[in-house]
Amino acid sequence: MKFGILVNEGPYTHQASDSAYQFVKAALAKGHEVCRVFFYHDGVNNGTRLTVPPQDDRNIVKRWSELASLHKLDLVLCIAAAQRRGLMDAAEAKRNGKDADNLAPGFRISGLGQLIEAGIQADRLVVFGD
Amino acid sequence: MAGENAGGVAKRFLYVNRRAPYGTIYALESLEVVLIGAAFEQDVSLAFLGDGVYQLTKGQNTKALEVKNFSPTFRALEDYDVTKLYVEKEALEARGLSETDLVVPVKVVSAQRMAEIMEAQDVILSF
Repeated sequence: MKFGILVNEGPYTHQASDSAYQFVKAALAKGHEVCRVFFYHDGVNNGTRLTVPPQDDRNIVKRWSELASLHKLDLVLCIAAAQRRGLMDAAEAKRNGKDADNLAPGFRISGLGQLIEAGIQADRLVVFGD
Repeated sequence: MAGENAGGVAKRFLYVNRRAPYGTIYALESLEVVLIGAAFEQDVSLAFLGDGVYQLTKGQNTKALEVKNFSPTFRALEDYDVTKLYVEKEALEARGLSETDLVVPVKVVSAQRMAEIMEAQDVILSF
């Protein structure tokens, strides 16, 4: 089966990103396809490479990056949600006159159309959040 | 299942709005998805449950909150061919509201009927 995933909450505060990660990992292990993981609302905070969690805790952002690299996952942050919350890649930083960027490896920033497209292309769109 | 929607046939998208319009950003960002999604020519419906019914109430004034009152945007949905708005009857009644308190024409349906509407969808985005 082909899954699309929507993550609506940020890391650490809420379990949504953890649950989505475990779901994606399990789905891939069973031979399913995950066509896209879309991060919306505070979910975009899962895409900053600047998080430094305590060493005895899971590293949520790094875990997504590694899973993306291993399975060629498409991790997408909503651009409007990302801009509001200060998540940007180098191109966005330049365009907005900011002095830094913070996008983690394996993530990209794009529009909400990518979420709708995932809903159209996937057999199931699974939403993680409250 | 996948075959049903292959070849560009429209899918049934339902946006479920469960939260009050202000206090959190969910309602506003949900509406942003609806507006962007309208360009994809899918079969779109909106559902309003629980405190979500407050999103549609007339006379919203957000001046003191210093956030944008986005309730007029619901009136523009018709221009995007988004016309199926379902509101949970029990949620309205529990809050002392009726259809005349809302900014747009809606279909008021029972929670039971709402469950059937959800059952008939391909994609449900819940905010």
